[in-house]
Amino acid sequence: MTSEAQRPARELDGELLGRLDRRRPGLFVGSLASGALVLVFLYCWGYQIANGIGVTGINRPVFWGFYIINFVFWIGISHAGTLISAILRVTKAEWRRPVTRSAEAITLFALAIGGLFPLIHLGRVTIFYYMIPYPNSRMLWPNFRSPLVWDIAAITTYIIGSALYLFLPLIPDAAVMRDRAAAGLKKRFYAVLALGWRGTAQQWHSLEWGIRILAVAIIPVAVSVHTIVSWDFAMTQTPGWKSTIFGPYFVVGAIFSGIAVLMIAMALLRRGLALERFLTDRVFNNLGLLFVTMSLVWGYFTFAEHLTVWYSGDLFEKNVHHVLLHGDFAVPFWTMVVVNLVIPVAVLSFPRGRRPLPTALVGCGVLVGMWLERFLIVVPALSTPRLAYSIGDYMPSWVELGIMVGAVGVFACLYFTFTQLLPIVSVWEMREGWRHAGSGEAGGAESDDAPTAVATAPAPGGGAA
Amino acid sequence: MTRWGMAIDLDRCTGCEACVVACAAENNIQTVGEEQAREGRAMHWLRIERYYEGEFPNVRTRFMPVLCQQCGAAPCEPVCPVYATYHNPEGLNAMVYSRCIGTRFCANNCPYTVRVFNWFDAEFPAPLDSQLNPDVSVRPGGVMEKCTFCVQRIQAGKDEAAQEDREVMDGDVKTACQQSCPTKAIAFGDLEDPDSEVSRWAESPRAFSLLGDLDTRPGVVYLSGTEWREPAE
Repeated sequence: MTSEAQRPARELDGELLGRLDRRRPGLFVGSLASGALVLVFLYCWGYQIANGIGVTGINRPVFWGFYIINFVFWIGISHAGTLISAILRVTKAEWRRPVTRSAEAITLFALAIGGLFPLIHLGRVTIFYYMIPYPNSRMLWPNFRSPLVWDIAAITTYIIGSALYLFLPLIPDAAVMRDRAAAGLKKRFYAVLALGWRGTAQQWHSLEWGIRILAVAIIPVAVSVHTIVSWDFAMTQTPGWKSTIFGPYFVVGAIFSGIAVLMIAMALLRRGLALERFLTDRVFNNLGLLFVTMSLVWGYFTFAEHLTVWYSGDLFEKNVHHVLLHGDFAVPFWTMVVVNLVIPVAVLSFPRGRRPLPTALVGCGVLVGMWLERFLIVVPALSTPRLAYSIGDYMPSWVELGIMVGAVGVFACLYFTFTQLLPIVSVWEMREGWRHAGSGEAGGAESDDAPTAVATAPAPGGGAA
Repeated sequence: MTRWGMAIDLDRCTGCEACVVACAAENNIQTVGEEQAREGRAMHWLRIERYYEGEFPNVRTRFMPVLCQQCGAAPCEPVCPVYATYHNPEGLNAMVYSRCIGTRFCANNCPYTVRVFNWFDAEFPAPLDSQLNPDVSVRPGGVMEKCTFCVQRIQAGKDEAAQEDREVMDGDVKTACQQSCPTKAIAFGDLEDPDSEVSRWAESPRAFSLLGDLDTRPGVVYLSGTEWREPAE
């Protein structure tokens, strides 16, 4: 904890924040582009509300379409953050330091968008609150037997949990920003966020305990969320959906796509902020190994699911299975197998493939593959109902495509705004990490009781160095 | 207690679709037009499924009127988050239109794919508006609907019986489809009453339930003398 060989806290903060500042112009351009997509999103949704849900391509029998696919997809993405960062914190992985904040922000924003899709999907969105158990004069309750009500409970819990989990480690950084800001609106904004943080030993102690408790508590919440999302399908008796494997299959898929996002984000952070010292080749190597493991687990689940369906010989299940493997959906199905299993295994099995660029590229492929997976769960099962008379098909309309692309813009916009306002890399955790590295032990599993000296922030008004 | 039920004699059905028209007229079902129908958005509560057997020229057509089966253990009911579809004491799957928020979960979980959705607000261009049934609400857009077993006629039958101070008798309530069937292929009544026409039909050795092995306990019974094969696509 002695600091004679080390640079003062303010200097370290300044260096990191300076690096973050240099990214501003790029962020500005990104914000503009994503802002345009936000308008697309709002226009399409408004158009749909004004004209009716019929402006989509959904029909009978395909009552669920792109909105539900994107709902599952975004909830899956949200597992990038909280779950993975919680696991890294719990296991005290040193390289988590530059990653956690951005991963947690991904979680919160992806969840917000994922949670929006079931509402976009509703026939009458204006009365969505009928699903919420609010006190009302007619004494009406939602139907707690419905997996959709479980969804609401799970997702709101997860949103609140991950918002807290993003916010807690943000407090010391908000204090740093507060102390660096000139008096004015900006300073007041950070002061509110910092909750009067002074960096006392007692405050550090409380913060660390808070983070520890949340990190452990958020893991079962994250697992339950995606399990319940899977139950929207698995609890039905629809051929192609009713499956006991769906809970763990969805959790695995979510973590898989979550890691894909994380690999892309890490490669970008490493390049953009010159963080080679933290995000070393070894980190990419190890995460690449985890990535390929998830790919194999996903492949195993997919195989187990389809083998049991095929072997059962159940007429209705076989119909769905047929369109999936050999029929109308064969092209997306086998594309999914290639990008989710063949390519990751082929690339990540070799040390040269587990470098930043190849892992990020594989991650992009996996995102496409996992989107296709959700598409292939939702649509073929519905378009192949039991009574052959009702067999149908589905083609999304421009409104659905607009909302889908617009949602990416909303996500990017939220993310860019967050990055502009607050450090996307946790300053105090990096500082702590640099200290660790400086004192000789970079991979120190030892928890530092209190980085008190570090955090004795200058009095309010003491501006930037 | 009453358990409303229907029996449909497939050996009598000629596939004339008079029932489909009668149903639409009785229940204010919106006519969506050619383009929407092509997209799979026709709203018939009752449809005649046509299946073909054999090779040309020895082809045989089978007709199967399919409507909400008013299941005793209905898969649509537990999945609705807002109780917009629920089981009433007389065995009907009732729809509360004003409660429906349009998740369409019920339709996905219906093994018979009989639920239809109002993709847009209903339009009844003149002169269709003057033939709307005042006993049946016109559903707004974004709401699920399906066959109600002509619940308004059941209600009217009960009101009439109450005014005459008697129980509802077999034959008091006739559904629109039953009334319009030229070959009298449809029986409707109380399945709990062993003497009702529908109960006697349901006792027939020709009786079977559609997708019976799902054990949804349908309130609709089909009768067919020849072996009915589920046609696979």
